[in-house]
Amino acid sequence: MEFHLTTPIPPKKLKEIKIGDIVYLTGTVVTARDEAHLKALELHKEGKKPPVDFEGIGLFHCGPVMKKNEQGEWTVVAAGPTTSARMEIFQDEFIKVFHPSVIIGKGGMGERTSKACQDEKCIYGYFTGGAALLAADRIKQVKDVFWLEELGMPECLWVYEVEEFGPLTVTIDTHGGNLTDESKKNIEANKEKILQEL
Amino acid sequence: MMKDIAQVIEDTAAKLLKIAATKLPTEVKESLLKGEKETEGALGKSQLQAINENVSIAEDQSKPMCQDTGLVSFFVKVGDKFPLRSEVKTALIKGTKKATQNVPLRPNAVDMFEGNTKNNVGLRGFVPWFYFDLVEGDNCEIIAMPKGGGSSNVGKMKMIPPGKGIKGVKEFVVEALAAAGPLACPPYVVGVGVGGGEDMCMNLAKKALLRPLYQYHKDEKIASIEKELLNVLNKLEIGAMGLGEGPSVLDVHMEFAARHPASLPVGVVISCWALRHSGATIDNEGNVEWHPH
Ligand code: SF4
Repeated sequence: MEFHLTTPIPPKKLKEIKIGDIVYLTGTVVTARDEAHLKALELHKEGKKPPVDFEGIGLFHCGPVMKKNEQGEWTVVAAGPTTSARMEIFQDEFIKVFHPSVIIGKGGMGERTSKACQDEKCIYGYFTGGAALLAADRIKQVKDVFWLEELGMPECLWVYEVEEFGPLTVTIDTHGGNLTDESKKNIEANKEKILQEL
Repeated sequence: MMKDIAQVIEDTAAKLLKIAATKLPTEVKESLLKGEKETEGALGKSQLQAINENVSIAEDQSKPMCQDTGLVSFFVKVGDKFPLRSEVKTALIKGTKKATQNVPLRPNAVDMFEGNTKNNVGLRGFVPWFYFDLVEGDNCEIIAMPKGGGSSNVGKMKMIPPGKGIKGVKEFVVEALAAAGPLACPPYVVGVGVGGGEDMCMNLAKKALLRPLYQYHKDEKIASIEKELLNVLNKLEIGAMGLGEGPSVLDVHMEFAARHPASLPVGVVISCWALRHSGATIDNEGNVEWHPH
């Protein structure tokens, strides 16, 4: 099935979505890679709030290439997804603390994230790897940037207004499903069969 | 007036890197479009559609098709009567720096101790990497090949017991692709190098990626193994972006070298859907002929 979602996304809506569905997202999406995850969680531990409220919005594993135009405004040059597996070690905690609705990245994520998605009602959308221009094309506005000085362009928080951002293939849903895990198991099983037949 | 041939090489290299980054070779593009058309599952179809849309935006806007514009290597054939020798290298390095600024390419040359060099040229003389060949004639042929980090990370080499023979080679290729799985933006193109030494097999495997898709080895025996592997690798059902639908592998190319009696080296170099390379030939007067792309 295909869903066109607008942030903030009510948890009830997220429950309708299953692995293998395709989602297009409109609204607010914030980029965060390893360092931004760590920093946000640290602030939380200190009892402080990060500058962005992640609740109900899209969290994009992406280190974009950005450029200032002649008017001094930030524009997106390329914004493809980065490999999400690196975020597996703290994504579950991040979901529990900040409640984003859609995690966007590439390559899929593991068991810990699946569990958190099930418990907290969040989904993972797989954006086509390498498709940096398509992503840039769907980002309509750069609304804000935080931690740029401290973390640098690829690692900081870019707040984007997106329109029909996708296609995002749902590989983790709120029901415990994990499509990339299933696909990996299938590849392994096929490999054994092929090796026997060679 | 005589052209400054070093300058011609520099400009040609910069332009080749731009072509490679922004435009897929025609047959790769066609193969991905065919993949989209023939894929029945909605998941695989939507991934391929996104790739193809992205490829066409890149071409229309002359922008790099992927944010990872790769680590640069050049395959160069220098003719006996071509006027330049070592200056070819210097000019290609300059061309790489120029392309980094102009295209722009993402700075991808990282020194272990000094950090990112910001110009895609290594501090220690090895990046870009050159494959030089001396040939007859008076031309210089240059092929630029940038390769993304994600797809390089799934490359594999193994010295298999010679007793395992060609079956052992096939097994290793299957294992390498199963391990790559969804990691490096499939559908893949696979280069396999067999024989030589532990270094040579990898070089051959990389070189094999330059052969146009669906052009099989001249030697029938090798061509039939290429086709067999293409068939079985697709049975892994990796699919577009590893989601199990659509093509896993677009093509397999193999190159064989003689091997030492005691060893059977096998190298597997995998390219993501963004198989990027472009070439040109420069004659001894500095006229450039761009290879069909
Ligand atoms: S594997 Fe290829 S397509 Fe994917 S991000 Fe790397 S260079 Fe780009």
